[in-house]
Amino acid sequence: MSAAPAASIPRVLAVGWWFHLKMLSRSAFNGILQILWPLFFATIAFFLYGIDGDDRTLLYASIGASVMGVWSAVSTSGSGAVQRERWQGTLELLVAAPVPLASVLLPVTTAMATVGLYSMVTTLLWGRLLFGIDVSIEHPWLFAFSVPATVLAIGMLGFLLSVTVVRYRSAWALGNAFELPVWLVSGFLVPISILPDWVRPISWVLAPTWGVRAIRESALGGHPLPDLLLCLLLGTVYLLVGVFAAESILRSARRNASLSLS
Amino acid sequence: MTAFVNATRIFFLGGIMSYRALFNWLSPWILIPSFLVGPIAQILLFAFLGRSAGVASDEFFVVGNALQYAAIPCLFAMGNTIGDERQEKTLGIILSTPAPRVPLFLGRAIPVIANGFLVALFSLVVGGAIFSIDVPGSAYFPIAVVTLVASFSCTGLGLVCAALSLRVRETAVLANVIFGVLLVFCGVNVPLDSLPEWMQSVSPWLPLTHGIAAARRLADGATFSSVTGDLFREAGVGALYVLIGMAMLSYFEWESRRRATLEVF
Repeated sequence: MSAAPAASIPRVLAVGWWFHLKMLSRSAFNGILQILWPLFFATIAFFLYGIDGDDRTLLYASIGASVMGVWSAVSTSGSGAVQRERWQGTLELLVAAPVPLASVLLPVTTAMATVGLYSMVTTLLWGRLLFGIDVSIEHPWLFAFSVPATVLAIGMLGFLLSVTVVRYRSAWALGNAFELPVWLVSGFLVPISILPDWVRPISWVLAPTWGVRAIRESALGGHPLPDLLLCLLLGTVYLLVGVFAAESILRSARRNASLSLS
Repeated sequence: MTAFVNATRIFFLGGIMSYRALFNWLSPWILIPSFLVGPIAQILLFAFLGRSAGVASDEFFVVGNALQYAAIPCLFAMGNTIGDERQEKTLGIILSTPAPRVPLFLGRAIPVIANGFLVALFSLVVGGAIFSIDVPGSAYFPIAVVTLVASFSCTGLGLVCAALSLRVRETAVLANVIFGVLLVFCGVNVPLDSLPEWMQSVSPWLPLTHGIAAARRLADGATFSSVTGDLFREAGVGALYVLIGMAMLSYFEWESRRRATLEVF
């Protein structure tokens, strides 16, 4: 089978993203959970910070909490993305498609991260309507750029996760286990400075850390550009490593005839 | 006498078989991330959140979240042991037998209670070690008793969840939502007196609220006799949910026979 021209890859990415976004939007139950789940944690954060906190602290928590849903949407579902295709018997078809496997998988996790935007908006509205947290944005243009950049970077992290745990039969459970630690280590609700010193290098290699910082700096007033660039840079690194890992795993699966085995 | 022996067999053996066969998390690849990593991550998240907000002590968050995490097996496993029968199309066969319903369904709760108890106990020990929580040695056994009662109580709510699985398709989503409600309403992370009044009025009617309060007092050095009120209230709430769950199971079974909807999704 001949490979498709490189020009068709952007189309595969765009169509795949739209296709998966539509599929993910079909389940009302999952959609409700996607929105409600981070709200429970955000509510607790608002109550705790609201006891003695000032408006700025609450706004800090509100912005961080809003990004939690994006990671939640990716961590569990993204880690099981390849496994799910395998269970449904569609993985062989995806592998046989005349485009790199990565270009078929990447739209799955970016669509999941995009679905997390519902949760982001809902959390900000929840904070505004129930806790009176007024989200005023100092740099609207940078904010408008920081949000999709963070979503994209989280999607890339999900893509990397999905290909690295492909041999793990219960990848969804592993993804579940990553959900809260990434919230903590990336400083969504808690400043990284209060975490133990050994945790900080882990925070630095996580794109969500820089993404949420860029969003905060854009909203609260600051210099979000360096954080934004770091977020995008890390996202690109995840993409490159993920592409390499996907091809390597695919070669191994073809050699051992283990593509459909889990 | 034979009826009693049969009911006892259904209660114990049926419960264990159902748990082993239908609780599809019985794999270390799922158990370790879900029951061992999950609760510790939750404890860490909220303990650091508490530190950042300057609210309550590490002990407050360790005890609250460790006990609350019993809800994961209690809600999900209890729901799965009945909901999965429906998914696998074996529930109709079971319900067509003359087995008495009380031991049939309650027997499934016993391994689940043990599972919830062990998860909470593990979380208490490891969470306590991470944050160097100082709990008097005399409180270990009473806290274990409170944890067991809280697991029973939460499994009562799990039985309600299981009954709903005869009606709704997405039991996992339902269990997740109930887990979140318990997290917010039961004083797990937010002191009850800091919640709005309407939430405070709901809390006493939910499992875990009294158990967590009792465990915290024991960890602070209170005697077992001083928390028996909380303990009885926790057990009472659990018994109430067991009754509601059994009544719902009975009603939904009757209705699914009448409308032939047992295996309709």
